[in-house]
Amino acid sequence: MQQIFLEKIAYNRAVCDFCGACVAVCPHDSIELFEADLCITASCTLCKNCVYVCPVRALEIIDEG
Amino acid sequence: MKDNYDIVVVGAGPAGSTTARFAAATGASVVLLEKDRDVGVPVRCAEGVSEAGLTSVLDTIDERWIDNRVSDVMFHSPSGKIVELRFNQVGYILNRKLFDYDLAHMAIKAGAELYTKAYVYDLLRDDDRIVGIKFTHLGKKYKVKAKIVIGADGVESRVGRWAGIKTRTKMRDMETCAQYTACDVDLSSKHLHLYFSSRVAPEGYLWVFPKGEGRANVGLGISGEAAKKKSPFACLNEFMAERFPHASLLNCFAGGVPCDQTLATIVRDGLMLVGDAAHQVNPITGGGIAPALIAGKIAGQVAGQALNQGNVSAKAFQDYPRRWHKAEGRNHQIFYKLKNYIYKLTDEELDSIADAGLKVPKEKRSMITLFRAALIKKPSLILDAVKVFA
Ligand SMILES: Cc1cc2nc3c(=O)[nH]c(=O)nc-3n(C[C@H](O)[C@H](O)[C@H](O)COP(=O)(O)OP(=O)(O)OC[C@H]3O[C@@H](n4cnc5c(N)ncnc54)[C@H](O)[C@@H]3O)c2cc1C
Repeated sequence: MQQIFLEKIAYNRAVCDFCGACVAVCPHDSIELFEADLCITASCTLCKNCVYVCPVRALEIIDEG
Repeated sequence: MKDNYDIVVVGAGPAGSTTARFAAATGASVVLLEKDRDVGVPVRCAEGVSEAGLTSVLDTIDERWIDNRVSDVMFHSPSGKIVELRFNQVGYILNRKLFDYDLAHMAIKAGAELYTKAYVYDLLRDDDRIVGIKFTHLGKKYKVKAKIVIGADGVESRVGRWAGIKTRTKMRDMETCAQYTACDVDLSSKHLHLYFSSRVAPEGYLWVFPKGEGRANVGLGISGEAAKKKSPFACLNEFMAERFPHASLLNCFAGGVPCDQTLATIVRDGLMLVGDAAHQVNPITGGGIAPALIAGKIAGQVAGQALNQGNVSAKAFQDYPRRWHKAEGRNHQIFYKLKNYIYKLTDEELDSIADAGLKVPKEKRSMITLFRAALIKKPSLILDAVKVFA
């Protein structure tokens, strides 16, 4: 289990409800969801599916400007 | 815990517990692993189910599971027209916490073992063969060997992915949801309310399910595509402010429902998928409790049979997809077509369906009345609608 937090996605644990919708739409199985924690692994391609599907908007792409 | 079982079931939701129960009843040794600390918690569900949905698998219905009984549904159109329909059977609003607990307990009584806080993170393989799973429990890693692995891991459906099955839900099939349990709401306890409108719930619907004593599950689901524009919580908060500005909120949660047809592959050598993990939710309603029970019963029985015959190949499991498709899967294909059609209807079209429904006296109104009006431009689907709603 690789646990690499991509610096390009901000994860807001205080907002996350741990529902798993992001995991289900991830094309590369890049999200690990534990009981009350989530991490994004190296295979992420920044497709943003997780960002959009998240009911509470707990994930955000960090804009590099 | 032993390090070797006939069957390991991943996930103790309705699908996993029911599979474990029916498999254990055939004499198989079964372990059920759940990542959360508690079964049935948190509840991510509007808790609606029909009586037949429960009795198709459960011999008795425990009164403790039932918070409320409903008899009618009110469809709300975009401009506020209300079409009332009488159900042809009793509808229940469950207490899912107690319900899920009892399903897990039934599995245990049938002989299964259950462990919570057990997070399954990979399959165990011998060359290419699936021979068990790896999991963590209280910070330590473990391996469990099993002849059959059952993926009942809900919407995430990762067990299937690890086995090479394409379980990912497409964005337009994922209903992303938000729900409050509100109290102090002034509502009849006998009526469900469903709102269809591009403003309230684009590519989805909003529900109000009364739980009795002034409480109601108020929630909505919208497609992953629609959610690109606005989040489900933003949609729900607008509705609450308009419709229930004074309600107090008992809880609030998010969730995702795979509103798809059943996955093309739900068995592999040594592996089966059940419930949300197999996309066995009714794609038009998003109801997955009854399908999880039905699929779980079949999968558990077939797994037991296969073990008794000493053959756990995908071929030996074929009875599971075959029986599932006959029972529900075939209908889900039709529901899926209907869903894709009605999600494309404009607000004007939805209003005219309501008008058509209101022209028919309530005693004669049915889902078919509404679908006949909805499918006026697509008559080829009317026969399909009759098949699933008659
Ligand atoms: C907002 C919302 C409203 C709904 N309303 C209704 C409704 O009114 N009526 C209805 O019939 N259905 C409804 N549903 C759908 C219904 O809740 C699901 O279809 C049903 O719970 C499916 O059961 P399941 O056992 O397949 O999955 P789940 O109940 O999701 O159970 C899966 C279990 O697996 C566990 N798990 C996941 N990954 C792992 C892992 N790696 N290791 C160990 N354990 C794991 C999870 O923690 C979970 O407990 C609703 C869903 C949502 C989100």
